[in-house]
Amino acid sequence: MRGTTRTVAVAAMSAVALLAAGCGSGSDDGGTEDTGSDTATGGEIVVNGCTPENPLIAGNTSETCGGNILDTITSKLVHYNAEDASPEMDIAESIETEDNQTFTVTIKSDYMFSDGTPVTASSFVDAWNYTAFGPNGQAGGYFFTPIEGYAEVSGEDATVEEMSGLEVVDDQTFTIRTTEPVSNLPVRLGYTAFAPQPEVFFEDPEAFGRNPVGAGPFMFDSWTEGQEIVVVKNPDYSGEFGGSLDQITFRIYQDTDAAYNDLQAGNIDLITAIPTSALIDDRYQSDLPDRNATAETGVIQLIGFNTTADPNLTGEVKKAISMAIDRETINQQIFNGTRVNATGWVSPVVDGYVADVCGEFCVYDPEAAAAQLESAGGYDGELELWYNGDGDHKAWTEATCNSISDALGISCTAQPAVDFATFLTAAGENEYGMFRYGWQMDYPSIENFLAPLYSTNADSNYFGPYDNQEFNDLLTQAAAAGELEEANSLYQQAEALLVDDMPTIPMWYGKAVIGWSDKVNPVTINAFGVPDYAGITVQ
Amino acid sequence: MSKYVVRRLLQMIPVILGTMFLIFAMVFALPGDPTAGKCGERPCSEAYIAKYYEENNLNDPLPLRYVKYLGQVAQGDLGENQYEVPVAQDLEQRYQVTGKLALMAVGFEVVIGIAAGILSGMRKGRFVDNLVLVSTLVVISIPIFVIGAVGQYFLGVRLGWFPVTVSGDATVYQLLLPAMVLGSLSIAYVARLTRTNLSENLRSDYVRTATAKGLTRSRTVGLHALRNSMIPVVTFVGYDFGALLGGAIVTERIFNIQGVGGYIFRGIQTRDGVAVVGAVTALVIVYLFVNLLVDLLYGFLDPRISHD
Repeated sequence: MRGTTRTVAVAAMSAVALLAAGCGSGSDDGGTEDTGSDTATGGEIVVNGCTPENPLIAGNTSETCGGNILDTITSKLVHYNAEDASPEMDIAESIETEDNQTFTVTIKSDYMFSDGTPVTASSFVDAWNYTAFGPNGQAGGYFFTPIEGYAEVSGEDATVEEMSGLEVVDDQTFTIRTTEPVSNLPVRLGYTAFAPQPEVFFEDPEAFGRNPVGAGPFMFDSWTEGQEIVVVKNPDYSGEFGGSLDQITFRIYQDTDAAYNDLQAGNIDLITAIPTSALIDDRYQSDLPDRNATAETGVIQLIGFNTTADPNLTGEVKKAISMAIDRETINQQIFNGTRVNATGWVSPVVDGYVADVCGEFCVYDPEAAAAQLESAGGYDGELELWYNGDGDHKAWTEATCNSISDALGISCTAQPAVDFATFLTAAGENEYGMFRYGWQMDYPSIENFLAPLYSTNADSNYFGPYDNQEFNDLLTQAAAAGELEEANSLYQQAEALLVDDMPTIPMWYGKAVIGWSDKVNPVTINAFGVPDYAGITVQ
Repeated sequence: MSKYVVRRLLQMIPVILGTMFLIFAMVFALPGDPTAGKCGERPCSEAYIAKYYEENNLNDPLPLRYVKYLGQVAQGDLGENQYEVPVAQDLEQRYQVTGKLALMAVGFEVVIGIAAGILSGMRKGRFVDNLVLVSTLVVISIPIFVIGAVGQYFLGVRLGWFPVTVSGDATVYQLLLPAMVLGSLSIAYVARLTRTNLSENLRSDYVRTATAKGLTRSRTVGLHALRNSMIPVVTFVGYDFGALLGGAIVTERIFNIQGVGGYIFRGIQTRDGVAVVGAVTALVIVYLFVNLLVDLLYGFLDPRISHD
């Protein structure tokens, strides 16, 4: 996932957890972004940003600071619709498959990188091979896992440099072959890690990371360390997602409070998250009347259980724990209502979401919870709910524990790990029986909320691991399904299995809150909780 | 005097090496894998971790890493931080901003603090004295982030008298409000130190003698009493300058100043050992020099403290 990694992430998962948005942000400007590049009215805006953790290389960026900037300067095969996150063809002319295993990608011929070189099939294949090649140590390498030959290139001492599943047919065509059927592969191709790279990248990746070149609607202009990153309109951009802005300046802030004050003073035009201090009593709504927007995001907060660390935590006990948590009160008291109570394991922003999968077990009912615990044979021991102490998790984990203790009479204490690195290491080593967990989608697909977390060998399966053969089988079948509907229905069946075992308890879905100055017209939030820059117009 | 200075400078070398090693050992002794969390909420791939360890010399034992690092530093290379930016370049830029901020804060401290201290010290028990005592008490008891946030909101956002945040250029005008906030606590301490010492000295024999000799009041106070009262104040200001350089994290965050405090904080959080060691070492060196300066000032303020 594009993580909110520690510094940012941690904040991001808490107060700011407002990343990702998506479905149903009552958007004002009608469906598609029809602000084609030549109807440009121009305009420059200043947005709050943060320091990218890595050089700006699409395949090596797994956090939002760099990712949000890269998304403006790169185009991918697929673009996610700003409103409902559905994939639309961008560079790709078509992506065709007969068996969900061999995909033929045809690309449009008129896309150019901002250095004037054309985007060809090799721009993709070379970039993907580079990212997947183990010795290059790129953070986004795992995105290529489904592609045939990934296993051979991804080791740290790998000598094979090219994935056998990628083949250039001609300048405009290439094929992708996966080891197993992956019905949602086209949906994945819109993630930053799948962006094409120009030839200049391969000559000197390090220098490139400070001065990146992409085929996006904007092109990189300057990066003043610790101060700002500026992108300007790419004159050669031929796609439909360009929008009208001439320039976006990402001004780097250490703290959203400072950015918020600057917004009120008119020094910046757009803020991608509202600080906690302004969320209290909805203060931002009076500070920024008609100049704020809220949308649900592809983020889910969970409480994870590791059954290896604590075998007493059976599915039935976990159901009781889940019913003992007063999600709504905690949301109102601690998050000022900036979350949405979760009713299942999949975010509402993705296609295939069904409400109430978790049913009664995710609804607060202290009496039913106590009864459930009794019928489950009780719980012998003390619960410890672990969280990373460098994020804003203390308040809500303590409230959650209190809620559990009150309803079930089990002692529950919230325990901090020093920081996110320590936390994740210990969780991976099965040290925590119960811990907070968050997930932000990489690409808008129901699969992304299930496979990476709960399939037995998944990277982020910190839950024992959670091992359910029926679940695995359903995912495999879904990946091979010919029709989207069929695939979604199989994924839904898989999600329903989680109710019995409760490897995690769903807590909240994320919500993004943004605000803007009176210089710009209303802004919409896309499926990832990021403002839709293509739709922004300046007054 | 010069012999004293040379001796002090030589003493600095083992101190710097020793503190560097301590910082180095402490930073790298922090628990947790530095690559955990680098790839979102999932573990990084083996290949990524291997490359990361290789690039950051994390496979070597600690003493060897320290020696390697010292070798680099000796050649003037402080290494690259995790953002792959040379630490020296970062520090140069950030110390300029923070240095300016700290100097301005110390400036406020010295001018306002000493002036208030003299006024109240000379009029002990009168209205001015009470005013200074009460106002400094208020400042001391309010945490700095409250002063900062309130000042920013009312003077910056509401009234528009000062810029709300500080841009990359960090002009004097932009730093005015942050420097006042940063210096406010110390102004209170300096005022109180000056007041106490001055009023104490005003009662001493030599002041009575000077007055009996027929010296004017301003000469008695300015030349004799005040000079003697300055020793603790100078000690405090010297120490405070060092503290302001590294410890302005809160003020830096509020006003979005890209300074050293935030750099160290972020470095610790992201396990960016190279950045932390470089920044803190620079801080130690500044401390040592400021201390030397303070010691030399003692001799000037009170000739009885001799450095020969």
